[in-house]
Amino acid sequence: MTRLRPIHNRVALLLAAMTVAAALALPFLGFAPNRLLSGKAIALGAVPGAGWSGAALLPVALLLAVPFLRPGRAVNALYVGAGVLAAAGLVWLAGQHAALLAAVASPAARTSFGAGFWVMEAAALLAVLDGVRRLGLGPAGRVAVGVLAAALIGGQFAAGHLDQLSIMREYANQRDVFAGAVLRHAALVAAALPPTLLIGVPLGIAAQRSAAVGRLVFPVLNVVQTIPSIALFGLLLAPLSALAAAFPGLGIGGVGPVPAVIALTLYSLLPIARNTAAGLAGVPEPVREAARGIGMTPRQIFWRVEAPLALPVFLAGLRITLVQAVGLAAVAALIGAGGLGAIMFQGLFANALDLVLLGAVPVILLAVAADAALKLASALALSRLGRTAA
Amino acid sequence: MISFEGVTKRFGAWTAVDNLSLTVAAGEFRVLIGPSGSGKSTVLRMMNRLIAPDAGTIRVEGEDIARLKPETLRRRMGYVIQSVGLFPHWTVERNIAAVPDLLGWPRARVRDRVTELLTLLNLDPERYRGAYPHELSGGQQQRVGVARALAAEPHILLMDEPFSALDPITRGALQAEMAAIHTATGTTIVFVTHDMDEALALASRIAILDRGRLVQSGTPLDILTDPADDRVRDLVGREEWGLKRLAVETVAERTRPGETAPGDPLAAGASLRQALAAMVARGTDRLPVADGQGRPMGALHLADLLRGPDRS
Amino acid sequence: MRRLRSLLTDRLALGLLVLAALVLGMPALKPLFAAAFPALDRPLYEADGFLALTLDHLALAGGASLIAVLLGGAAGIAVTRPFGREFRGILDAVAAMGQTFPPVAVLAVSVPVLGFGPAPALIALTLYGLLPIVENTVAGLESVPEPVREAARGMGMGPGALLWRVELPLAAPVILAGVRTAAVVNLGTAAIASTVGAKTLGLPIIVGLNGSNPAYVIQGAVIVAALAVVLDAGFDRLAARLTRWRPNAV
Ligand SMILES: Nc1ncnc2c1ncn2[C@@H]1O[C@H](COP(=O)(O)OP(=O)(O)O)[C@@H](O)[C@H]1O
Ligand SMILES: [Mg+2]
Repeated sequence: MTRLRPIHNRVALLLAAMTVAAALALPFLGFAPNRLLSGKAIALGAVPGAGWSGAALLPVALLLAVPFLRPGRAVNALYVGAGVLAAAGLVWLAGQHAALLAAVASPAARTSFGAGFWVMEAAALLAVLDGVRRLGLGPAGRVAVGVLAAALIGGQFAAGHLDQLSIMREYANQRDVFAGAVLRHAALVAAALPPTLLIGVPLGIAAQRSAAVGRLVFPVLNVVQTIPSIALFGLLLAPLSALAAAFPGLGIGGVGPVPAVIALTLYSLLPIARNTAAGLAGVPEPVREAARGIGMTPRQIFWRVEAPLALPVFLAGLRITLVQAVGLAAVAALIGAGGLGAIMFQGLFANALDLVLLGAVPVILLAVAADAALKLASALALSRLGRTAA
Repeated sequence: MISFEGVTKRFGAWTAVDNLSLTVAAGEFRVLIGPSGSGKSTVLRMMNRLIAPDAGTIRVEGEDIARLKPETLRRRMGYVIQSVGLFPHWTVERNIAAVPDLLGWPRARVRDRVTELLTLLNLDPERYRGAYPHELSGGQQQRVGVARALAAEPHILLMDEPFSALDPITRGALQAEMAAIHTATGTTIVFVTHDMDEALALASRIAILDRGRLVQSGTPLDILTDPADDRVRDLVGREEWGLKRLAVETVAERTRPGETAPGDPLAAGASLRQALAAMVARGTDRLPVADGQGRPMGALHLADLLRGPDRS
Repeated sequence: MRRLRSLLTDRLALGLLVLAALVLGMPALKPLFAAAFPALDRPLYEADGFLALTLDHLALAGGASLIAVLLGGAAGIAVTRPFGREFRGILDAVAAMGQTFPPVAVLAVSVPVLGFGPAPALIALTLYGLLPIVENTVAGLESVPEPVREAARGMGMGPGALLWRVELPLAAPVILAGVRTAAVVNLGTAAIASTVGAKTLGLPIIVGLNGSNPAYVIQGAVIVAALAVVLDAGFDRLAARLTRWRPNAV
C-alpha cells in the first residue's frame, strides 16, 4: 500500500512534457526581414537568459516540478500561480526579445510568435485550468484567476511592452481599419438578431404547440443549418443580384452586408426556434395544469409561467446563435460584408500572416466573450428561478 | 457450496462487512435480510467478486474465489439485480443468450434454451423473443432478467432485491415462480431482501445482518420462534408476529387425522394463516382438510392454531 | 416503376443522384450559364475539373473527420476508464472551450503556425473535429446506465467485452451525433480552406467572388450544398440504424 509513487499529477506531467518538447524542438519566435517573407526560427535557447529574462522563465520551471510534488492545497495553489505567471512570463519574454531585435534590425523587420511559444503558452493556460479544478475554486475564485491572468497579459499590451511584436506592429499600421472592422463585425451580428428573434421565437412557439408545424419547420431549418456558409452566400448571390437589378433603389445586392445579414438570420433561426420549443416543452405539465387550475388565462400562463421557466433553455439557444454568428460574420467578408474577416482574408490572400492573426484572434476573442456573457445571463436566469446552474 | 470465513470489507472508515462467517449449503434457498445499509449487497457482490474483501476467505464449491478469474467465476453464477440492467440495445432473446454466447454454446442449443426459459417464466416465446426491453412491463423485464441469469444453468443464483421495485401482485407471482424454479432445478439461491414477508415465504434458511455483522442464521421457524434479540423482533414486526408465525407452517402439520367437519375443505399445503382467514370468514372454529388429490385427511381446530409448534 | 418512385422519395438516393449529375454534368450546363450571365467571357469554371475538386474536398473533410473519430474516440474512451480519469476534467474544459472558437478563425490561425496548403488545413480541421467527437464520446459512454454495466460485469464480461458489446453500442447514437457535427463543420470549413491553399470546391466560389464571376460562385455553391444535403441524409440513415432499439425508434 505504501508503494512509492513519484508522479502525483499526470496531467501536469503531460503539460510539462509538452513544454519541454516545445522548448527544445519548436521555434519560440520567428524573425523575418519584412512582413511578407517567412522568417528564420529563434529557439528558446537562443533568447538571452540573463537577469529578468531568466526570471520570466522561473514559473515555467516551477510548472515542470509540479507533477513530482506531493499534492495538497499548497501545491495546487502553486500550480495555479505558476501557470498564470508562466503564461504572462512567456509573453513578456517574447515582447522583450522583440524589442531587443528591433533595436538593431531594420524597421521593416518583424518578430512573431513561433509554434514553440504557442504550445508553451497553451500548456501554461491548461495548467491554470487544471489547477483551478484541483483547488476546487468556486465561480468567484475562477473569475479572479481569469482576471489576474488577463490583467497580467493585457497590461503588457497596454504598457507597450509588446509593441515590437509583429501582430502589434500590424495593429499600429491598421489601427483605424481595425477599429472600424470590429464595429462592423459587431454590427453584422447585432443586425441579424432582431429578424432572428422576430421570426425564430414565434416559429418555436408554434412548433411546440403543434407537432405538424414542427414536422414542417425543423427539417427545413436543419437543412439550412447543414449547408456551409460559403455555399449559402453563393446561393443567395443569384436571387439577390436579380432583385437588385429589378429594384435598383432598394440598396440590396448580391454582395455586401445585406446578404450577409440575411444568411446570418437563416442560420440563426434553427437554434432559436429549436431552443424556444424545447424550453417550452420542458415546462412540466402539472405546472401548466396548476396555472390553469388557479384561473390564469392562456396569455397569463405564457408570460408568467411558461416563458420564465423556458428562459434558461432559450438563452442557451441565443448563446449558440451568437457564437455561431460571430464566426459566420467572418466568412461573410468573402462577399464584401466587411468586419474582422476582411482583415483576416486580406492577410490570407496577400500572404501577410500578421494581418491574418490581427483578424482571426479578435474573432475568437469575440466569440469567447459572447459565450461567456450569455452563460452568465443563463446562470442569472437560473438563479432567479431558484435552481443552481448546472 | 459457499462459505465466508472471517470476511471483512471496509469502504474508507466505514466497515460494511465485519468479520463475517457464513455458509450456504448446496440446494439451499438462503435469504439475506437486514435494514438498509447493513451490508447485504456487499456480501452478495463479494460472492461473484464484484467487490474484493479486505480480509477473510470466500470459497465457492470448495475453491478460494480469490484464485479464480473473476469472469470465469461469474459465468458460473447467475446474477439478478433490482434495476434489472437488461441490455437495451439487444432483443429479449439476445439478452437471455448473453452468457451462453460468452461461453460459446452452439446456436441451436442457445435457441432451445431461450425458448425453454421464456416458457418457464410464463412469457410466450414467440411473442417476446424478438422484443426490445423497452417494450416490456417492469415485471416482464425482471422475468427476462431472471431468465438471463438462469441461461447457462448456473449452480448458484445471486439475487439482490430482485422484486423490490415491482407492484405487490407481480411480486407475488414472481415469488411463486422463484419457489417453483428452486424446487424444480435445485439451484442454490442467495437472495437479498429487506422484506421479512418475502424472506419467510421463500427462504429455506435466513441470515439476518445488521451493520455488517451476522445477527442470526436459521430456518424461518427458528427466526420466528426464537429471535436472537430485539433487532430480530423488530424486523419480524412485533405486532404482526403472530400472523407471520402462522404463515410459515402448513395446515397439514396441525390437522387432527380422521376427524370430520362441515364445509369446503382446506388444502393440506395451505398456510395456517390462510386457514385462520377462512375460519374468520366463515364464522366457524373447525374446518375439514383435504390432501393434494382432494381426499379427506382430517379437521383443523381453531384451538390448534394457538398451540406452540410441535417439538416432537 | 416502383423502384423509380422509391428512389424519388428517398432523400439519400435522390441527393446522391443530383450530386453525381451536378459534378459530372456541370460542363453540359455551360450554355445555360452563358445565357444567364451574358456579360461573362467565361461562364464555366474550367481551371480544375469539378470531379477532381469534389474528390479533393471529400478527401480533406472526410480524412480530417476520420482521423478525428479515431483520435477523439480513443481519447473519449481513455478518459472514461480508470487509468485515464485524471484527464477527464481538462479534456472536457478544452472541448467545451474550443467549440466556441469559430472554425474559420481556427483555420486562419493555423496558417501562421502551420503554413499554407492542404496538410495544415487537414491538421486544423482534424483538431476542430476532435472537440465534438470527444465531448459526445464521453457523454455517450457516461450515459450508459450503471445497472446495465453492473449486470454485464456480474455475468462475467471483461472490460473489453463490456466496452465493445455494451458501452459502445449504447453510446453509439450520441457519438454519432458528435461525428455528424464534426463532419458538417468540416465540410463547410474545407470549402473555406481554399483560401489557405487547399484545392476544394470552395475554389470556384472564392475565384468567382474575387473576380466578380457569379457563375463560378453558383457552380461551386450548388455542389457544396448538394454534398451537405447528402451528408445530412446519410447521417439520418445511419442514426436510424443505430437507434432501432430505442423506445421512439421508427
Ligand atoms: N462502493 C461503495 N463505496 C462506499 N461505500 C459503500 C459502497 N458500497 C456500499 N457502501 C456502504 O456500505 C454499507 C453497506 O452497503 P450495502 O451492502 O449496499 O447495504 P444494503 O445492501 O444492505 O443496503 C452502506 O453504508 C453503504 O453506504
Ligand atoms: Mg442493497
